[in-house]
Amino acid sequence: MDAYIKAISYALPEKIVSNEDLVKEFPEWTVEKIASKIGVVERRIASENETATDLAVKAAEQLFSEYNINKHTIDFVLFCTQSPDYFLPTSACIIQNRLELRKEIGALDYNLGCSGYIYGLSLAKGLISANIAKNILLLTGETYNKSIHHLDKGNRTIFGDAASATLISDKGFAKIGEFSLGTDGSGAENLIVKTGGFRFPNALNDLHYDENGNLISSDYLFMNGEDIFNFTSDAVPVLVDDVLKKNHLKLEKIDLFVFHQANKYMMNYLRKLIGIDNEKFYVYLEKVGNTVSSTIPIAMYHAQKEAKLHGNVLLAGFGVGYSWGGVILKIID
Amino acid sequence: MKNQQEFIQNFASQFDETDASIFTIETRFKELDEWSSLISLAELNMIAKNYGVKLTPEEMKRSQTLQELYNLILSKKQQ
Repeated sequence: MDAYIKAISYALPEKIVSNEDLVKEFPEWTVEKIASKIGVVERRIASENETATDLAVKAAEQLFSEYNINKHTIDFVLFCTQSPDYFLPTSACIIQNRLELRKEIGALDYNLGCSGYIYGLSLAKGLISANIAKNILLLTGETYNKSIHHLDKGNRTIFGDAASATLISDKGFAKIGEFSLGTDGSGAENLIVKTGGFRFPNALNDLHYDENGNLISSDYLFMNGEDIFNFTSDAVPVLVDDVLKKNHLKLEKIDLFVFHQANKYMMNYLRKLIGIDNEKFYVYLEKVGNTVSSTIPIAMYHAQKEAKLHGNVLLAGFGVGYSWGGVILKIID
Repeated sequence: MKNQQEFIQNFASQFDETDASIFTIETRFKELDEWSSLISLAELNMIAKNYGVKLTPEEMKRSQTLQELYNLILSKKQQ
């Protein structure tokens, strides 16, 4: 049985942090410089008591009301997050209860970042193909800002908090094609929150600055920009090539590319590296920033509203892990 | 000279907004408006791919002009 995306929606926290707000804290930067390089004008930040689970519930409610979906048809919940409420139980169980979904359904969390939406689509397709479920609620939710040190201007500029909700079913507007997936755990240390798990349960209090003035701490989100850049520029062209091959398509047969919205410079760099026309390359960063596993569904939501989804749409996610994945959607007109 | 010209072109192509024609071997690249840590990562990647030389961000930072950077690459290549 084929699997389709039926509907997508998303939710953002209320609190806005603009570039003007950031420049007040980091006066060595200008509003224009942040916007032109990173492509982000404002980002949303979860409030102190607001978690990724709360945002995911909000996104699901938004999905149900926007598309008039009967929530009792949902028979599986997948929740992609690296910011769970608890070590246990899994947040997806809490979400089942909060949304008052049926009890005769499956629910689980999985821990991935920027590749997470692609992996969610692959799991959902598997559940439908195996006749395990028919209406899967795929949620992504992240609050990276809770893990970022307030003096870490680089990461605070890039990342926004958000959640998305997608209904995957045996009918819908986008047929989910073949996947290309990749993993290389040798890059684990390059994008990491090291402490707070069971390997390093206690804070290491080792905050320091590197030669370039970047803040480094085991107790907060750490990103090795150089290694992440190199990983991305090596992995993504190969990923795009492989997903095209698996779907028996050439690059020029793709009508729209929706990549993980890392930041404007990186996206443009990858676009040029792969040889994708600017008008076929969808960007939605200005008002949300890099929302990790929600960037692709948020971009898809807006591309659909702008009537830009037609023909073959190539999705590609890549990041923390390292983990990467791509898929091609065939839009049903 | 051809190789040097090629290096200038490769370097300029990492910029999105700065006109490629303004780049010369004397360009003090860190003083360009568009210069950023992200572009420096793209340049390091370009240098590694095209010249087989892995520079650190600090090594690149020590160069002022493209000439100095190019010389650094050549000297590393010979090592």
